[in-house]
Amino acid sequence: MAAEAETVKTASVKAVPVKNMALAKAINESLRHALENDPKVLVMGEDVGKLGGVFRVTDGLQKDFGESRVIDTPLAESGIVGTAIGLALRGYRPVVEIQFDGFVFPAYDQIVTQLAKMHARSLGKVKMPVVIRIPYGGGIGAVEHHSESPEALFAHVAGLKVVSPSNASDAYWMMQQAIQSDDPVIYFEPKRRYWDKAEVDTEAIPAPLHKAQVVREGTDLTLAAYGPMVKLCQEAAAAAAEEGKSLEVLDLRSVSPLDFDAIQASVEKTRRLVVVHEAPVFFGSGAEIAARITERCFYHLEAPVLRVGGYHAPYPPARLEEEYLPDLDRVLDAVDRSLAY
Amino acid sequence: MTVESTAARTSRRSAGSKAGTSGTKAAGTTGAKRTTRTTAKKGAGAEPQLVQLLTPEGKRVKNAENAEYAAYVADVTPDDLRGLYRDMVLTRRFDAEATALQRQGELGLWASLLGQEAAQIGSGRATREDDYVFPTYREHGVAWCRGVDPTNLLGMFRGVNNGGWDPNGNNFHLYTIVIGSQTLHATGYAMGIAKDGADSAVIAYFGDGASSQGDVAEAFTFSAVYNAPVVFFCQNNQWAISEPTEKQTRVPLYQRAQGFGFPGVRVDGNDVLACLAVTKWALERARAGEGPTLVEAYTYRMGAHTTSDDPSRYRGDEERQAWEAKDPILRLRRHLEAAHHADEGFFAELETESEALGRRVREAVRAMPDPDHFAIFENAYADGHALVDEERAQFAAYQASFTDAEGV
Repeated sequence: MAAEAETVKTASVKAVPVKNMALAKAINESLRHALENDPKVLVMGEDVGKLGGVFRVTDGLQKDFGESRVIDTPLAESGIVGTAIGLALRGYRPVVEIQFDGFVFPAYDQIVTQLAKMHARSLGKVKMPVVIRIPYGGGIGAVEHHSESPEALFAHVAGLKVVSPSNASDAYWMMQQAIQSDDPVIYFEPKRRYWDKAEVDTEAIPAPLHKAQVVREGTDLTLAAYGPMVKLCQEAAAAAAEEGKSLEVLDLRSVSPLDFDAIQASVEKTRRLVVVHEAPVFFGSGAEIAARITERCFYHLEAPVLRVGGYHAPYPPARLEEEYLPDLDRVLDAVDRSLAY
Repeated sequence: MTVESTAARTSRRSAGSKAGTSGTKAAGTTGAKRTTRTTAKKGAGAEPQLVQLLTPEGKRVKNAENAEYAAYVADVTPDDLRGLYRDMVLTRRFDAEATALQRQGELGLWASLLGQEAAQIGSGRATREDDYVFPTYREHGVAWCRGVDPTNLLGMFRGVNNGGWDPNGNNFHLYTIVIGSQTLHATGYAMGIAKDGADSAVIAYFGDGASSQGDVAEAFTFSAVYNAPVVFFCQNNQWAISEPTEKQTRVPLYQRAQGFGFPGVRVDGNDVLACLAVTKWALERARAGEGPTLVEAYTYRMGAHTTSDDPSRYRGDEERQAWEAKDPILRLRRHLEAAHHADEGFFAELETESEALGRRVREAVRAMPDPDHFAIFENAYADGHALVDEERAQFAAYQASFTDAEGV
């Protein structure tokens, strides 16, 4: 798009504060801003340099910041995260990319055993400002291991923070905040929304990283989601409105910590809650939300908290993913079931 | 017996491996060439050939093969030698005290370094103040060299913390229990040094068991690709709990380096002078921008893996006896005595100092209080976390409920 090309040109001269850009581009701009403003920020990963990443999220960064700061790494995820830990110990703030959700598990040991615990083990002497970017989720017709949603596996681990933006503006600002965090942040990028555009104000005052936001107000039921499912929930709320149902949509933005206060406030108003995520519902973030909201809002709830998400089965081949992923009908079905109580 | 037969097999393999030798040359490093030569001459049944500057009898070895390394300890004075001896004796005394404290119930576990004093003191004393050390969980001697108070090492074994010292205080990272992981941290740290344009170096410790870990292979790859200033110091103590080295490798471990494009050297790990020399050489290479080096210190774990282990189930006394003849402390003492570098007064004074150290450690451990209950929640995050705050408050309320009941 012409507007995007213009943005790139003007960025180094004088940044235009409000720009319409795709989510992937917003992350790119955010990384660029961080690289410009802090010499300790590094971008590392497989194909992030010359190629600009398989989704082009790091496009042009190596050209402008050099191979020493935008680093093409060997194809070894444990090595990427393990060396990022060492660089953080040396005072750097690495932002590493795991190319796809299903490729993170070779690095899982370094993330869970080392990265998450280092601050506590050193009794607070060592900080681990490492951001791990992971394009995640399905809906793009990919091959095996390219469509998974493993966020609960990280949210379960103390020491990690887990976030997932749903739109370009949040993608920009939440990346800024993740890089500034002295804790390790797993930053899940909704890959099917990479090309969705929205206005990004690069001079705005952003909401706190771990606060949920009401993106649509309603009175009858709360839909809570994050990342790729927020848009679906907004669509579901619009469809329900045509049937006279008023749904509130909560963009959780952060999976660890979860903003239970915001969920509670919404549920005390609507008295019904449906949680939507692509990840399997079994031991998923929806399960934790259901349990805690039941504790917090027992006397407000008119119906059990319901969950819409993936099944307890391996992520299916692409021709079946439409059946596996939550869609408008499955969300509305859950809404109907909740309202029927 | 196991050791000798392993050595015989591996040396035949390397002697016949001409292709490997030329491949090493392609890496373009003199160190790699030399180390290949070191093993290539080995005959069946002999001790594995390695860089040695002091024989088990304490005689100084001077030959063409070790000359380049020997140059790195040419300036070592009798005073330095006594210092190395003192380091080893005090480390062994501390280690023995820790083992005793475990037996007395003061520590939950202890991983003894008995037998590995030379490898640790030699390499540890080779480091410069601005260098950075990434240990496993057995590097008590290296910690000593870095100036970490020995009592700080005992917190995690007593169960009052999971690390507990400031890694940046002495550039000595926390002990790493999951084996091999720290080699990647060391590599990343070394990459950072290179980015900073500093001439410090990093040394990563690991063992023969950890050499099988994927992280170690990835650390070799990353350090080679980025030419990172890191020394990989492998203490091959022959045993990974119950598994002998031949369960980890079909080639001598130091030869692994060749495939990654950097030199590997095997050094007599019970010879403190050789360990000092070879590690200094490797650290200088790193400082000079010549990239990583693998040092395999060939040594022996004379004790159990930890206080929970029972070596009698998997190895015989005769093996340990053979290694006791090569004891690292004994050989330096023989050398000091033969060269008249130390008198009875020195040894007696050191004995007194040792006992004082043991006493100090014992008293410090016994005085180590259990942590406050709320330490569970401390430092889980640097910037805080809403759930931790909530659970801390719940925990406090729960605790307070007991106080109220008894509070009368």
